[in-house]
Amino acid sequence: MSAVAETMNVTDERLAGLTLPAGGWSDAARKDALSRVQMMGLPNRRDEYWKYTRPDTLTQAVAVPAALFHNDEAALFDDVERLKIVFVDGVFDADASDDLSLEGVSIERLATADADIHWARDVYGVLETNGQKPVERPLAALNTAFATDGVLIHVTGAASKPINMIYLHNSETSDVMLHNVIKLDAGASLTVLETGPAAARLNMVTEVEVADTAALHHIRAQGRDHERRAATHIFARLGTESVFKSFTLTANGVMTRNECVLELTGDDAKATVGGACVGDGDFHHDDTVFITHDAENCESRQVFKKVLRNGATGVFQGKILVKTGAQKTDGYQISQSLLLDGDSQFLAKPELEIYADDVICSHGSTSGAIDETALFYLQSRGISKPVATDLLTLSFLAEAVDEIEDETLREQINERMASWLERRRG
Amino acid sequence: MLKIENLHVKLEDEEKQILKGVNLEVGAGQVHAIMGPNGSGKSTLSYVLSGREGYEITDGEAHLGDVDLLDIEPEERAAAGLFLAFQYPVEIPGVGNMTFLRTAVNAQRKARGEEEMSAAEFLKVVRAKAKTLKIDADMLKRPVNVGFSGGEKKRNEILQMAMLEPKMCILDETDSGLDVDAMKLVSEGVNALRSEGRSFLVITHYQRLLDHIKPDVVHIMANGRIIKSGGPELALEVEQNGYADILAEVS
Ligand SMILES: Nc1ncnc2c1ncn2[C@@H]1O[C@H](COP(=O)(O)OP(=O)(O)OP(=O)(O)O)[C@@H](O)[C@H]1O
Ligand SMILES: [Mg+2]
Repeated sequence: MSAVAETMNVTDERLAGLTLPAGGWSDAARKDALSRVQMMGLPNRRDEYWKYTRPDTLTQAVAVPAALFHNDEAALFDDVERLKIVFVDGVFDADASDDLSLEGVSIERLATADADIHWARDVYGVLETNGQKPVERPLAALNTAFATDGVLIHVTGAASKPINMIYLHNSETSDVMLHNVIKLDAGASLTVLETGPAAARLNMVTEVEVADTAALHHIRAQGRDHERRAATHIFARLGTESVFKSFTLTANGVMTRNECVLELTGDDAKATVGGACVGDGDFHHDDTVFITHDAENCESRQVFKKVLRNGATGVFQGKILVKTGAQKTDGYQISQSLLLDGDSQFLAKPELEIYADDVICSHGSTSGAIDETALFYLQSRGISKPVATDLLTLSFLAEAVDEIEDETLREQINERMASWLERRRG
Repeated sequence: MLKIENLHVKLEDEEKQILKGVNLEVGAGQVHAIMGPNGSGKSTLSYVLSGREGYEITDGEAHLGDVDLLDIEPEERAAAGLFLAFQYPVEIPGVGNMTFLRTAVNAQRKARGEEEMSAAEFLKVVRAKAKTLKIDADMLKRPVNVGFSGGEKKRNEILQMAMLEPKMCILDETDSGLDVDAMKLVSEGVNALRSEGRSFLVITHYQRLLDHIKPDVVHIMANGRIIKSGGPELALEVEQNGYADILAEVS
């Protein structure tokens, strides 16, 4: 079978099992998205953009079941003052959620936002469509068409506390598509926390419109279920002097592809996207980032760290595109892996494409083992080899975690990682 | 305290013999100095005693009290009371100096079956000791040795030694890179730790340090062996005449 025929086969099979939700204001966007999927076809293993990650389990008609992960750990951010919105296998749980009201913020669910004219119409599927060029992201279009729920957040002021979407996974066969839209008006600010695996297979899209001088801080922890699979996309558009910062913590998960597509369209905007991941054994984690600089004096940072062992695989594809006229761009990209044994692998493809002459862009990618000299130094002070290894592992991840601006949230992530490593030591 | 007998060491990956039969005994409460030309094996001896990888012991033994040093992990040697102040202290980005010190102190206490030091007590002790070594709060907060000057790194080694209270302290060129005042500080730090139950092995190229830290015995190491031992006057002789005479005398 030809590659095209195979793609169409997979796409048809996937689409055959889905029905377009009736969404009122989102109907047009959903229909457009469906035709985009039909045009593009779902990714297959011959796609250049999927060279290092096999898309089949993310695209096939029926999701591979994933065993539930039970542990006695307190939920992340449990003691943070926040507004909780809980989904269980993609289904909103009103009892477990807080009242969806917060000063300076309007919060609605995608499934129930049925006004004929809705603010989200200007964003839903719009940023995703923009993000289809120059590289196609069919799984995101699939999501725009078929997402069953999600959260629509419109921020007009400075939110007094973070909003925490909590995605629980209670069914071994759940296959979920959620779509969030976050719109920040000029000068508004919000912190969004996302925690949990969400489903056996998750397809998640988040579109973020950050108006001039607004700021969004995003921290995500993808849940520790070993067999979960996820394809996520973040599309963000940044206005003048705005700030967008996103950090993702990933531990376990047999297959994760996190794409982040940022467009800096106003001068002096600042974007950071970072991630720390720890993978052991049957673990494949792919961070794919595409940052477009289309305004002057903007700064973007990509900081990704991966700790891999027992045959785990890490992938990083990161691109900075600096358009004509985007002078004084400062683009920084680093992706590093710490390979704790010889079985694991890290595949990186950093790319720069620059059409302006007055820019600073740097990128670096490394793969290395634990620093033996540092290890010996710690041991010579009485610290056992496993503890010393963990200290060095945490210090390796620190550069990514340090991108989280809020100290309390940053420390929670650090403590969580430390406790995972400690448990592992037994 | 420390007893090294007929120690032969080669590189693990190369056919290169570095220590060719070292014999050395440091009694409790004593200070011994080792001097010797570059490349004679002084640092190698200190690394082998503390358990660094990459060396193969082809013959000989080393004991700290009753403990057979060469048989156990570096961290076990540390818990048994061995401490090496590195010639080149290692920078560890991302690990805070305080976290590092506290982890080390408590790891050793735990290994010895002692109670761990509380955060408050630790803070009090470390601040007091840092002060006498003129290590400021900022240096305590920074990652281990990162951005420290050469002299600051050496003072940080002595701070670790003071916190860990080892029985056997090996100082590998702790004086190199120190200005005159820092040398005094470090020496005072060392002298403050001198006691009946604690011994020192001081590796140095210069007599100057030995003016501050008075040795009981001075050894000359050359080509992987201790070729001569004597009193403090041996260091003066080296300072004045270099190693040529001594080397000629033994060969
Ligand atoms: N890992 C190694 N690989 C290769 N050669 C080594 C290694 N370790 C030590 N050597 C060699 O062994 C010899 C002894 O080195 P060592 O560092 O012990 O000398 P030293 O007496 O401490 O010298 P210095 O006074 O310059 O500090 C040198 O020739 C050195 O090059
Ligand atoms: Mg040396």
